[in-house]
Amino acid sequence: MKTSTRVAYVSLVSCVAALAAVGIGAIVLVILGADVVQTYKVILTEPLKDLFGITEVLVRAVPLILVALGIAISFRAGILNIGAEGQIQMGIVSATAVALALPNVPKAILVPLVLLSGAAGGALWASIAGYLRAKLGVNEILSTVMLNYIAVQIYGYLLRGPMIDPAELQTGSGTPQSMRLPRSAWIDRIIPGTRLHWGIVLAVVLAILVYIFLWRTTSGFKLRAAGASAKAARYAGINVESSLLFAMVLAGAFAGLAGAVEVTAVHRRAIEGISSGYGFSGIVVALFGGLHPGGIIPAAAFFGVLLVGTDMTQRILSIPANMVSVLQGAVILSIISAKMLINDPYAMEKFERRFLHFKGQPVGQRAEDEESRKNEAKR
Amino acid sequence: MTPLNIVLNILSIGIPFSVSLLLASLGEMFNQRAGIFNLGCEGIMSMGAFLGFICAYYFQNTALAPYVNLLGILAAGVAGALLGLLFALVTVTFHAPQGIAGIGLQMLGIGTAGTLFRHFVGGVTGIPGLPSYPIPLLSKIPFIGPVFFNMNMLAYLAFLLVPLSHYILFKTPWGLKVRAVGTSPRSADTMAINVQRTRYQALAVGGLFAGIAGAYLSLGQAKMFADDIVAGRGFIAVALVYFGGWSPYRILGGSLLFSIAQSLQLSIQVLGINFPYEFAVMFPYVLVIVVLAFTRSAAVKGPAALGQPYDREKRI
Repeated sequence: MKTSTRVAYVSLVSCVAALAAVGIGAIVLVILGADVVQTYKVILTEPLKDLFGITEVLVRAVPLILVALGIAISFRAGILNIGAEGQIQMGIVSATAVALALPNVPKAILVPLVLLSGAAGGALWASIAGYLRAKLGVNEILSTVMLNYIAVQIYGYLLRGPMIDPAELQTGSGTPQSMRLPRSAWIDRIIPGTRLHWGIVLAVVLAILVYIFLWRTTSGFKLRAAGASAKAARYAGINVESSLLFAMVLAGAFAGLAGAVEVTAVHRRAIEGISSGYGFSGIVVALFGGLHPGGIIPAAAFFGVLLVGTDMTQRILSIPANMVSVLQGAVILSIISAKMLINDPYAMEKFERRFLHFKGQPVGQRAEDEESRKNEAKR
Repeated sequence: MTPLNIVLNILSIGIPFSVSLLLASLGEMFNQRAGIFNLGCEGIMSMGAFLGFICAYYFQNTALAPYVNLLGILAAGVAGALLGLLFALVTVTFHAPQGIAGIGLQMLGIGTAGTLFRHFVGGVTGIPGLPSYPIPLLSKIPFIGPVFFNMNMLAYLAFLLVPLSHYILFKTPWGLKVRAVGTSPRSADTMAINVQRTRYQALAVGGLFAGIAGAYLSLGQAKMFADDIVAGRGFIAVALVYFGGWSPYRILGGSLLFSIAQSLQLSIQVLGINFPYEFAVMFPYVLVIVVLAFTRSAAVKGPAALGQPYDREKRI
């Protein structure tokens, strides 16, 4: 197959997929009676107009990168972790608990400790689903979804009960939130006056480490092998079950870390709705980034724009911010369809036949014609 | 309260609870029997719940008022079938991995329902919903009459769909085709069964059921709409299909067991046994995980080609 045909095919499929995703969003916008072009313009350009918008996009990108890295690891290993939402909340709970318990520990020790405990909380929560899948064959999508619902309740219970800020009880307002974290547990902001914090550096460094782990170490290779073909990996002596569990624990650790960073750098206390859908957006980011750290960072920035942008459409055009979920769903459906089509040699062959037929004659036909023309000339 | 009253009370709450689960899992059963694992059920139910609600809400003061519920159910069913077909396009035609596709459809459905609801309605608004329809004579039977024969029409329909689904799946040519494409699509293809078309049809039926299940939630159960009205029931329905071993009667048993357990936990609270309500809300989800863990170990065999896209061109 000619390279030009391949390029044409891939770009055509990608364009159609992008149009399909935008189109699904447009249908919903038309039903709302909104100006489609105007709305998309606000979503995509408004967040990038000033420093505040750009820093907010990056603030959103940090948890998205962290969660997506974990999801990429788990997807590569062949276990679909949908439970990041719950793992984030468990990470927040454990990070908050440690930070509040040790207020007098110096910052240089406390911050890493808090982040690690957040990662541990997420990892522990994810290991339930990983264990059930590895040992009992329980479908991990269902179990992680259920664990999300359970985590929401545990989180709510802790914030309304044992972990509630005593001040809330005294004033009687009873807002479900924890005490403010001690200053020594805070991750500092980079630019004063904005919420951009050093967590972004951590996220980028971890992205590089994940790349090294997955593509430059033996255990990373084993993990990907088990995900690419469990049967073949088993023949090669890889313990697929423990690889699944390991991948799930890593994914949970990344989600938990995202929660810990979010609480220590942005909100500085555990509040309700802190994870705000990052667990699900992370799946979209991971897929959009091709399950590769190098793709995840730009993808996270893009979806950061979408998240901030849909918030702005709510304010400027009063289009509900739930719109972001519509777009994310549409993007997932388009991406996976496009990916399958691009990797399907038969579909490409079919396209080539039609494409070349469209330009003139089919390849084989043309050669035959030339032959017959030559014969004609000889005669 | 006498123990009998308590039991009857639990049943009279639990049985109507089971309807949406039952409808959704019957639909999912058709999907999975055809080899497609549709996790988008949750999103389809969400759209169904919204459409059921919005029809009742918009037309309740117009000439259409007597038919609003019917209209809502129809709209929910049609939208559900269309979303099922969208899922078919992605998973059957494009062979996309079904698990992720399901999550995509879930986000799309919940997002669309939420966006439209916020825009057109806004806050919590009640609707009259489906009236209960006591069956003459039967509802007069002491004790069991009010429990079993005093539900709304959609609930009766759902229970009637159990034997009907059994009949369709095991006694009709179409049911045989569905099971064939879900067990061995290549053999089915060899026997001139159109695998793609049969899977499309099964997904449309599954979507139709899930849409109506959603409409039952808003019209029959909650009599309102909220963003999180489905609250994981779509995923629970998928789990119930596993639990019910892909057979309609066992799925009925599963959804009854499940919803009765849920109403049992509610009754415990009513009786004054005190524990944080978050744990009560958590209970069904924990139950799903436990059930799944035990179902898998019981070596239940599902449709052999479940989750595998079929590509005619592919060499084996």
